[in-house]
Amino acid sequence: MNNIFISPSPHVHSGDSIQKNMYGVVIAMLPAMILAGIYFGLGAIIVATVSVVSCLLFEYLIQKFILKVKTTLTDGSALITGLLLAFNVPSDIPLWIIVIGALVAIGMGKLSFGGLGNNVFNPALVGRVFLLISFPVQMTSWPKPAHLSADAYTGATPLAMLKEGIANGESVASIMQSNNFPSYKDMFMGNIGGSLGEVAAIAILLGLAYMLIKKIITWHIPVSILGTVAIFGGILHLSDPIHYADPLFHMVSGGLLAGAVFMATDYVTSPMSKKGMIIYGIGIGLLTIIIRVWGAYPEGMSFAILIMNAFTPLINTYCKPKRFGVIKNK
Amino acid sequence: MLKTFSIGGIHPPENKLSKGKSIEVLPLPEKAIIPISQHIGAPATVIVKKGDTVKVGQLIAKASGFISANIHSSVSGTVEKIDNIVDASGYPKPAVIIKVEGDEWEESIDRSEILISNVELSKEEIIAKVAEAGIVGLGGATFPANVKLMPPSGTKAEVLIINAVECEPYLTSDHSIMIEKGEEIINGVHIVMKALEVQSAIIGIENNKPDAIKYLSELAKKCIGIEICPLKVQYPQGGEKQLIKATINKEVPSGALPIAVGAVVQNVGSILAIYEAVQKNKPLFERVVTITGKSVTNPGNYLCRIGTPIKNIIEAAGGIPSDTGKIIGGGPMMGKALTNIDSPLTKGSSGILIMDDKESQRDTQRDCIRCAKCVNVCPMGLEPFLLMTLAENNNIERMETEDIMDCIECGSCSYTCPANRALLDYIRLGKGRTGHMIRTRKQ
Repeated sequence: MNNIFISPSPHVHSGDSIQKNMYGVVIAMLPAMILAGIYFGLGAIIVATVSVVSCLLFEYLIQKFILKVKTTLTDGSALITGLLLAFNVPSDIPLWIIVIGALVAIGMGKLSFGGLGNNVFNPALVGRVFLLISFPVQMTSWPKPAHLSADAYTGATPLAMLKEGIANGESVASIMQSNNFPSYKDMFMGNIGGSLGEVAAIAILLGLAYMLIKKIITWHIPVSILGTVAIFGGILHLSDPIHYADPLFHMVSGGLLAGAVFMATDYVTSPMSKKGMIIYGIGIGLLTIIIRVWGAYPEGMSFAILIMNAFTPLINTYCKPKRFGVIKNK
Repeated sequence: MLKTFSIGGIHPPENKLSKGKSIEVLPLPEKAIIPISQHIGAPATVIVKKGDTVKVGQLIAKASGFISANIHSSVSGTVEKIDNIVDASGYPKPAVIIKVEGDEWEESIDRSEILISNVELSKEEIIAKVAEAGIVGLGGATFPANVKLMPPSGTKAEVLIINAVECEPYLTSDHSIMIEKGEEIINGVHIVMKALEVQSAIIGIENNKPDAIKYLSELAKKCIGIEICPLKVQYPQGGEKQLIKATINKEVPSGALPIAVGAVVQNVGSILAIYEAVQKNKPLFERVVTITGKSVTNPGNYLCRIGTPIKNIIEAAGGIPSDTGKIIGGGPMMGKALTNIDSPLTKGSSGILIMDDKESQRDTQRDCIRCAKCVNVCPMGLEPFLLMTLAENNNIERMETEDIMDCIECGSCSYTCPANRALLDYIRLGKGRTGHMIRTRKQ
C-alpha cells in the first residue's frame, strides 16, 4: 500500500482556485477589450499589451530579485492589474507612461504591501491615479473612436464637456444638445471618447453578467453603487435639472460602470460581509457623484474607489454577517 | 420551492456510489473488539471478566453516569481479554475482546420479522428501555438517545424532528434503512412521540432520495401527526440547528439546545434502533455501515456487528484499492481520517470511505485573497477568514467575541476556499483554546 494521508476534515475541496477566479475576471473583461480594439484600432491593443506585459514583468522582477520570494505570475492577478490599468487610460497614451503606471501599480500598489491578498488599495487604480496626477495632459486627451476620426475631434469626454459647459454658465440641456455631444445610444455602445475599456457600457454589462453567473462576485457591490448613483443623481437632477445631469447620463458616462463592475469588486480591497459590501457601494456611489458634480475633476470614480478601499478595514470591523441564532440586544 | 436552511451552505458532488444497493449482512468476525466508550460522556463500566461466555445482546459494560451508555456484546463466545486497543485515530482505548464461537442470541430478543405497531409501554418504560439498549445518536454524534428523550425541567418538547437528511456525500446507510426498514422507522417515530408526549413529528429528507420520500410519505399517510418534509439538497443540512431551521423555520439561539425552540432531533438510524429495542427487545449491537469510494470494487451497505474490524468490511467490498490515499471513518466533509483499519466499527460508524491518492492530498495554501466566499458559505454566519487569523495569533478574547464557539465544524469554509487555506484546522484549534478559557473562567 502507498502512503496513507492523515488530515483533519474536510477531506474534499471544491476545486475552486485563485487562478479560476482571476481568469474568470479576465474573460469577463474580454468583451470590453474587443470593443476597444474595434473602436480605437490597433492603438488600444498595443496599449493593453504593453500594460499587461509590463505588469507581469515587474511582478516577476520584483519578486525574483528584490523580494526574493516565489513568483506568482501564473495566478492571473498581475494580468488583471495590467488589463485594468489599460482600461483606464486613453488609447493613444505614450507607451513609456503606461510602463511607469505598471511599475507603480505592481510595485507600490501591490508588492510593497506583501503581494496579492495584502494590498489595501486596488493596484490598477493606484497606478492610474499616479499617472493622472503626474501626466494630466496625456491622461486626459482622448481620441475619438477610429471610424469617427473624420471629426478629428480630440478633447473632452462627455463628463468633461458637461463640467466645462456648466462652468461657462450653460444649462445641462443645452450642452447635451450641442453637436459634439454624443447620444445616449453612442454612450451605451461605447461610441464616445474616453479611456479605452470604459466606454462601452454594453460590453461591461456583459462582463458583469458573466461574473455573476460564474459566482466570481456577488451582486452587492455593483448594484449598490449603481443604485446610489441612480438615487442620488436622480435627486439632484429633479431638484435642479439645469445644473445637474440625469442619473442615466452618470451611469453610462466615464468610468462608473467599469469601476463598479471590475474595480470596486476587487476581492482584496472590498469588504467581506454583504452588509459591508452595500455600505462600501453606497460610499463609492455618493463620492463619485460628489466629485463629478462639485469636485475639481470631471471624473470621480477612481478616487471614490480608493477612498472606500481605505475604509474597508473599518467596515469589516463593524459590519458582521448575520450570525445564526444570535439576536441583537436592544 | 423546497425548504432548506437560510444562511450559507454548499453543494458538493453527491457521489452516492452505493445508492440503491440493498443491505447485506457482513459475516461475523473471528474476534469482536468492543470499546467501552462509543458515545459522548463517561465510558461504561465493564461487568464481564476474562473467560466469561457471553451471548449476542448480553450486557458487557454498564453506563456509568447520566450521560453514558450501556454496551452489549455483538457476538457470542468467550471474553478473551479486557485491554487497551489502538483505536481508529491511533490512541489506546479500553475494549472488551471476544473470541467468536457460534451465533447464539439472548433468548429475550425477538428475532422474527413481524412488525409490532402497538406501543404498550408507558413513557417512562420506553425511556428506560432505550437507556437499557445503549442507544446513542447514530448520525455520528453518539449522544445517548435516552437523555434526549428527557427534556430538562422547565422545557417542553413540541415537535420531534427526524434527521434523515444524510447530507454527507457518499454515505447511503440512512437511505438504505429508509427503503428497507420504512415501516419499522414509522413505528419507531410513534414510540418516540409517545415518550416525548408530542403530537407531531417531521421527517426531514433531502430531495436526492425521492424513493425514500415517496415510500415514507405513503406509510405516513396512515399515521396521524407524522409529516415527511422533502428538503433541497444543501450541505450541512444534517446539522441539528440547520435541520430545525429548514423544517420548522426556527433558529436555536447561540449556545442553546434544540429544546429551547421546543424541538427534539433524533437520527433516523437511532429511531430504527429504538423501535428494535422497544418492540423486539434488541439492544444496539449492530448497524448499517456504508463502504464506498471511487476505486472500491463493490461499494455497498452492510449490516455490521459493532466490534467488527474495519478491514473486514473493506474486504467484503473487494479489498483496499491499490491507489488508496486516505481511509475515512464517516463522510468526506466531517469524517475522520483513520490510522488503523484493525480498529473496530463502533456505534457511531456511518460509513467507511476510501479516497484515492490524488483526492487525498491538499493543494498548496496561498495567502487569503479576501474573496469572502468562506463568509458566504458559513451556515452559522461566522467569518472563517477572521477566525483563522485570530487562531493563528491566539487572540482568545477576540475569538470569543467573534462567536467561534458557534462553529459546527462542517468544513464548508475549507471546502470553498480558492486559496486552499486550512480554515477549519485553525478554527478547531482556536475553538479548543477558547472553550478551555471559558470553562476555566466558570470555575
